[in-house]
Amino acid sequence: MSTVKEKNMIDEILRMSGSDPKRCMKCGKCSATCPAFAEMEYHPHQFASMIDQGKIQPLLTSEAIYKCLSCFACMERCPRDVKPAKLIEAVRLCVIREQSRNHMTPDDIPCLLDEDLPQQAIVSVFRKYSK
Amino acid sequence: MQKIGVFVCWCGSNIAATVDVKAVAEAAKQQPNVVYATDYQYMCSESGQTLIIDAIKEYGLTGVVICSCSPRMHETTFRKAVQKAGLNPYMLEIANIREQCSWIHKDIKEGTEKAIILMTAAVAKVQLNKPLIAGESAVTKRCLVIGGGIAGIQTALDVADAGFEVDIVEKKPTIGGKMAQLDKTFPTLDCAACILTPKMVDAAAHDKITLYTYSEVEAVKGFVGNFTVTIRKKARYVKENLCTGCGICTEKCPMKKQPNEFNMGLDKRGAIYIPFAQAVPKVPVIDPDACIKLKTGKCGICSKFCQVQAIDYTQKDELIEKKYGAIVVATGFNLIKLDKFGELSYGLCPDVVTSLEYERLMNAAGPTKGHLLRPSDGKEPKTIVFVQCVGSRGNSCKEKSYCSKVCCMYTAKHAMLTKDHYPDTDIYVFYIDVRTPGKNFDEFYRRAVEQYGVNYIKGQVGKVYEENGKVMVQGSDLLSNEQVLIPADMVVLATAIEPDESARKLGTMLTASMDTNDFFTEAHAKLRPVESPTAGIFLSGMAQGPKDIPETVSQAGAAAAKVIGLLAKDKLLGNPCVAHSDEMLCNGCSTCANVCPYGAIEYQNKEFRIPGGVETRRIAVVNEAVCQGCGACTVTCPSGAMDLKGFTNRQIMAEVDAICK
Repeated sequence: MSTVKEKNMIDEILRMSGSDPKRCMKCGKCSATCPAFAEMEYHPHQFASMIDQGKIQPLLTSEAIYKCLSCFACMERCPRDVKPAKLIEAVRLCVIREQSRNHMTPDDIPCLLDEDLPQQAIVSVFRKYSK
Repeated sequence: MQKIGVFVCWCGSNIAATVDVKAVAEAAKQQPNVVYATDYQYMCSESGQTLIIDAIKEYGLTGVVICSCSPRMHETTFRKAVQKAGLNPYMLEIANIREQCSWIHKDIKEGTEKAIILMTAAVAKVQLNKPLIAGESAVTKRCLVIGGGIAGIQTALDVADAGFEVDIVEKKPTIGGKMAQLDKTFPTLDCAACILTPKMVDAAAHDKITLYTYSEVEAVKGFVGNFTVTIRKKARYVKENLCTGCGICTEKCPMKKQPNEFNMGLDKRGAIYIPFAQAVPKVPVIDPDACIKLKTGKCGICSKFCQVQAIDYTQKDELIEKKYGAIVVATGFNLIKLDKFGELSYGLCPDVVTSLEYERLMNAAGPTKGHLLRPSDGKEPKTIVFVQCVGSRGNSCKEKSYCSKVCCMYTAKHAMLTKDHYPDTDIYVFYIDVRTPGKNFDEFYRRAVEQYGVNYIKGQVGKVYEENGKVMVQGSDLLSNEQVLIPADMVVLATAIEPDESARKLGTMLTASMDTNDFFTEAHAKLRPVESPTAGIFLSGMAQGPKDIPETVSQAGAAAAKVIGLLAKDKLLGNPCVAHSDEMLCNGCSTCANVCPYGAIEYQNKEFRIPGGVETRRIAVVNEAVCQGCGACTVTCPSGAMDLKGFTNRQIMAEVDAICK
């Protein structure tokens, strides 16, 4: 059972992500497609299922929320429009907002770039940090 | 002056739990001209009907209002009951206090209040009801079956065996449909051709069945019992009455570069071709887009070799107009296109095939003569991955929302047949759920797992790509919470099923309703599963929804029984609730004829006496046999001349007034 605080947090995650994990038919296509699968201790399909079941605590402390590449392959291929990447991102936002770390200006980004970084990740970083 | 009786039904607790039925009956007694009102547990039961009949006789009722379920459910039942008591059946009105009241309200006070309003409206309407007499129309004792697959063939055979003429219209050059393309059929593994081709021959040989192959329905007019259908018989460029089906023309044709549709494009055919060896009729057809003679005027080789001079390059499409009493839709299905599923590499990698292509690769009459050889290099695949639910059960824009129903079973079949022929093949099946309801179906699937050692993996495939001559399959194994990568030789996609592309156009022609997926809808999902809501149109096979062969054949037989029931009648009672034009008000503007979907309105010039002479005016006349009573003309008529019997403008306004009081 999740606490009131956890329930509020799940409501917030669902609101931010615009996702409805109840739509999930547990096909696992998100995790089948995920390039960061090996890095994540919780995989995209688990985010959908655990958030649906109210098991939010392990996700909040997981490394997986920082390992997601935001490539959106899971979202693109999900047959049920569950948007796992948005769920993962919403969990991450819940964590860093509590830590008051949701601040980054576009000027901070260039020094963090390296040559191998895919362009998509840069775009994603803007999306994540410029709000 | 009317003497009206009001009967309030409890429908067990369906109505009585949310509506105070006694209060409704009491309120009814206060309505003008209501001489009797009562409530009863089940008004539709025999004792309920007797109660109505007795009350009509005892109180001399001239109008009846029944507060019960939707008229779609029991209007016919109650009309028959009042008729038994000697009342005109159209002196009955139903107030729907179940679907439109008790089922959608929770509060008994609100429910009762609304039920009383609905009752009041029905009473206000019945005050103005007039007895109506239904007209009769003759039934053309001939049936049209659209589609010559197993569904159409079975329906046609059953109707013809009952002694009625049947025409099958099939757009392909042969009947047989998709079943002719299948290798074996689950769960008994009979060879599809062995059980289908005798039926195809039976259909062709039946003296009551006429085949129109390579033909399409072009237009449909009329109504139940009296349809007039225009059939376009496309030019075959081969005279069917002369051709012996020897096939020499197909051998000699120099243009053997066309993708062979019957083998799903896996091999080539000539410009003149017979789709497959057991085709019915076994008459070739010339593909006008490929034939050199038809395109440039040169060649003519087929004609030179034909010993019976059956080739006719000047043949033209022929339009045939025929009359039918009933029409059966058996237009079947296709696999969806996979161009939106780039991650599965279909179309990029030749060794990624659809399940129907795999059927052809397994089939002894297929492009590889039954040897399982992968398309890219003609080698035997050692590792095959099957992917289930490709394009089914989704809710994003590229998937179908429904389960295609047959894929779980045919994939188990494919896996077992492959293992039978090539025991050392490794087979993996990625599944989301395995759905095998049906007689001996689950046992069949379990055999694949337990006896044949097929590896079923719970999860979906995320990515398929070519690498070093292998087809790499990346998927989820959800039960182990792992991502797996399988180097395969072939991938088979259990592709979603969709209705044939001709269905939508046909649905419009027949004014038969369809769902959002273009499957034809049935008149009642449970109680009238093989009839379209449009009278005289019946449904058979996949055109109505995904189903397997046993289910298709049962449904085809059921549709035939309904057709026979209709054609056995000499006369049909029409619907007397049809439009009527008041010639004194009509100004002949044609607005009604323009909106009439049935072509039921014609115009006449009629002479009217006016002070000091005679004037000729153009007026609308409704053909009552064609009118379906939709009412479009009554609301569009600018002069108010058009009215619908049983639903007159005065009656509707009386209902509105009663509700707004």
